[in-house]
This record gives sequence, C-alpha cells and structure tokens, in this order.
Amino acid sequence: MKVLYFAWLRTRIGLGEEEVTPPAGIADVAGLIAWLKERSPGHQTAFADLRAVRVAVNQDHVGFDHPVAAGDEVAFFPPVTGG
Amino acid sequence: MIRVQREDFDVGVEVAAFSAGDAGVGAICTFVGLVRGGDGNGVTAMTLDHYPGMTERQMAAIESEARSRWPLSDVLVIHRFGRLEAGARIVLVATASAHREAAFQACQFLMDWLKTRAPFWKLEHTPGGDRWVEAKASDDALAERWDG
Repeated sequence: MKVLYFAWLRTRIGLGEEEVTPPAGIADVAGLIAWLKERSPGHQTAFADLRAVRVAVNQDHVGFDHPVAAGDEVAFFPPVTGG
Repeated sequence: MIRVQREDFDVGVEVAAFSAGDAGVGAICTFVGLVRGGDGNGVTAMTLDHYPGMTERQMAAIESEARSRWPLSDVLVIHRFGRLEAGARIVLVATASAHREAAFQACQFLMDWLKTRAPFWKLEHTPGGDRWVEAKASDDALAERWDG
C-alpha cells in the first residue's frame, strides 16, 4: 500500500510518500491511521488532531470509515486551499 | 479543458483562443486569481503544493459537473503550482455559453468547487517565516450554496 502526505503532514512526518504493509485486520482508514501513528513521533504529531486531516483513497475524497486494502493509494492532507 | 502547470499563462491569448470558431457562443466569463500581497499580510510569495494525478482527476470531475448543470459550449481551467511571487497569476477559469447567465454562474461554481475539492495547498512566504494557509469556513459555505 502506498501512503502519501501533503502540506504540513509531509513536513511533520518528514516524508512525502512511503510504502507500507499493514497487518491483516487493518480494514479502514481509521485503523490505518491508528497503525501509522505508531511508526514515529512525527506520525503521532501529524495525526494528533484528525479534525484537521482529510483523506483520499485512490485519488477520491473519502471518510475515515472508507475501506483500505493492499494495492491502494492512500493520501493524507489538510483541507485544501487552492484557487 | 483542464491544465495544471508551473508556467504562467497569458490571459489575452487564452481567452482569444477559447471557443474561437464556435458561432453559437454569445458569452464568455473569466476569473483570474492572483497571489495577494501588500495588504499588510506580509506575503512576498507563496508555494503551491498539489497532488499530481488527483488534481487533474478532481478538476476534470468538477468540469463535468459544471457541464451537466449549465449549457456550456466550452470550459477552460488553468491552475499553476510551484513558487509564485506576490501579484502572480494562480488560476484562470473561463466559461463559454450562448447567454451570459450560464457563463457567469458556471464560472463562480467552478471556482467555489475548485477551492474546496481540488488538492492544492498554499504555503505563504513572509519575512517572519513560512506558514500553511488554513482553509476558510467561508469557502465551504460558498461551495455548499450549489448543493441540492
């Protein structure tokens, strides 16, 4: 599974992208976040307040209850500020 | 048509070419967004981060939605990324239709949805340091007015 980070999530985690293999039992975005938080203090900080975090699975905006599976591209970012 | 690019664009050239040759077009509406500085916000430049792939996909979906809601002859959205100095152009939205009302409304709709759905993030550069721009509730409210 490919995980991408943008804007201040990338800065806090110190990575723009990582390839991860979550254990069986991680079935949705919320579960994935809980597992990613254990990877480093940076992950912990970035995911501390989920009200400020948005997620896309395979490039579509989704909610934290959306399923995730091996082979998915999951991206985390703050609310968008383009235009 | 959607274009996501680092380079600047020439509004005159783009608008002249837009819908050229389509005799059914009676109205073109354009919006140009700029990097705002000089109003005491201390912004000298900004860097636009984006999600390559998802950006194009989301903007294409926004264009399709606009075309399904209004009778548009053509749509053009150009959005830049990378470092942009104060005063630089960020975005161009152009809509063409037989009559002005559809062109005006669709142009506003495209900007409102783009601001809340297209995966871009602004990092402002100021003499005091860099800061990520926070999303505004007012932008959400403007986008929501097009719901249902």
